[in-house]
Amino acid sequence: MDESVTLKKLAQKFPDAVVGTHRFRGDDTVIVTKDKIRDICFFLRDDPDLLYNFMMDLTVVDYLGREPRFEVVYHLYSLAHNQRVRLKALVPESDLTIDSVVPVWIAADWFEREAYDMYGVVFQGHPNLRRILLYEGFEGHPLRKDYPLKKRQPLIGPVN
Amino acid sequence: MSEISRDLHTELMVINMGPSHPVTHGTVKFLATLEGETIVDLDVEIGYLHRGFEKMCENSTWQQVIPYTDRLNYVSPLINNTGYALAVEKLLGIDVPERCKYLRVIACELSRLADHLTNVAAAGLELGAFTAFLYFVEARELVWDLIEALCGARVTVNYVRIGGLKNDLPERFDEKVKHVFKEVRRLWKDVDKLLTKNRIFIDRVRGVGAISGEEAIAYGFTGPCLRACGVPYDVRKAQPYLVYDRMDFEVPIGETGDNYDKYLVRMEEMQQSMRIVEQALAQMPDGPINVRLPHVRMEPKEKIYTRIDSLIYHFKTVIEGIKPPPGEVYQAVEGGNGELGFYLVSDGSGKPVKCRVRPPCFALTAAMPRLVKGRLLADIVPTFDMINMIGGECDR
Repeated sequence: MDESVTLKKLAQKFPDAVVGTHRFRGDDTVIVTKDKIRDICFFLRDDPDLLYNFMMDLTVVDYLGREPRFEVVYHLYSLAHNQRVRLKALVPESDLTIDSVVPVWIAADWFEREAYDMYGVVFQGHPNLRRILLYEGFEGHPLRKDYPLKKRQPLIGPVN
Repeated sequence: MSEISRDLHTELMVINMGPSHPVTHGTVKFLATLEGETIVDLDVEIGYLHRGFEKMCENSTWQQVIPYTDRLNYVSPLINNTGYALAVEKLLGIDVPERCKYLRVIACELSRLADHLTNVAAAGLELGAFTAFLYFVEARELVWDLIEALCGARVTVNYVRIGGLKNDLPERFDEKVKHVFKEVRRLWKDVDKLLTKNRIFIDRVRGVGAISGEEAIAYGFTGPCLRACGVPYDVRKAQPYLVYDRMDFEVPIGETGDNYDKYLVRMEEMQQSMRIVEQALAQMPDGPINVRLPHVRMEPKEKIYTRIDSLIYHFKTVIEGIKPPPGEVYQAVEGGNGELGFYLVSDGSGKPVKCRVRPPCFALTAAMPRLVKGRLLADIVPTFDMINMIGGECDR
């Protein structure tokens, strides 16, 4: 199975959603719009030629100064075809939401919570979207490029 | 009897286990809702250890990230080093010399051995098998002697560099390996006798934390925990890196995915790791260990002091950092507890735009509620041990 199968199938099935594709150092990348992300993920998981049954990683990249500013990056792996693909969904700062893919892969649960915690991207339909590494009272999202490196937040102690 | 219990007034009880409980690594908290001793619901909070790995990397040069990577998983640090170096090399589009690849394989497998020894020892200890713990800690210390000989440090080890290694093998390393492996195999046999057919141990781990292969895949399990479910996925076999395709080794798998199978898989993997190290030592060719690219791999000090071009390269690599072309890569390696992936984004400058780690134990820890729901409170401890959660890696 070569790179084109995944890319070709996706382009065929979702012609409006696929914004671009590229291959760099052997890694396939598909850039998609965010509105169809859950359908695309279901398709990638269930299509017999693709079968991306592992959601290996989910993260966000902040391209400060570019529009759309954020990219939600999914790394998928197909055990049956021993193939990887990277899916990137563009998310603008003005509408920082995207559909959760927890219904597709349960593994997305904590990864989405982490992305929400670190970048503030809201995953719609997530069963339990709250901070995972930082405390509830923490202000801002530390992995954004405009969050100062040495900013300090008040230390919190037990209420009593 | 059931008549009586129906009339009894019972309530669910919520118990906080951790964060300062001995088995919860200092930051993790389990919020268990209990009915009697049965777990009805479990909420895992991984706490605020947060070292800010990604933020630190995004404010360092590519070379400066190396020491941060080996603090991710402090039980098998050299695998983290290797994974990061491989990812940057993929981004740069360079290939390291043959000898370097063999040495990296040796470093990785020694780390895996130390990782599994620690894990099985600690799991045994927390179930009361103190002798097994002592034996495997002794074995682990011997393996750490080898790692110390390899990279010169014992606690803050880092050995792999972008484009090469810190140093070549020390003298008479293969003799040391022979001696250590003989001892480790002896201790392995002892622990095997102590645990594998031990009634108490089996009763505590068999059938506990079981999960089916499909479900494990959906949860994103990798490494020994996935292989214990019968899914033979190993990055070293599926997408070989370095020289793993030239090594003769087997991928042990389990059937039920319970804690006993995870234990057996780890025990067998230790034997395979020792086999790989021995093969790598036997096959290793002579030659350089570093790439001859002065803008990537730092020049030797004597050259920096005596040659102007080397001095210029040195300044460039130290002050500006190496400059990979713009692009993004994902590189996976087989870590001690699963697939360890590095996702790097470069914009062509000396610092990473994004340096993301895919930690294997993050997905495993997320599945803790699924693994212990319906079991007894005491089953949390062996289940949590067997997923091998590492604080530094899990919450970065």
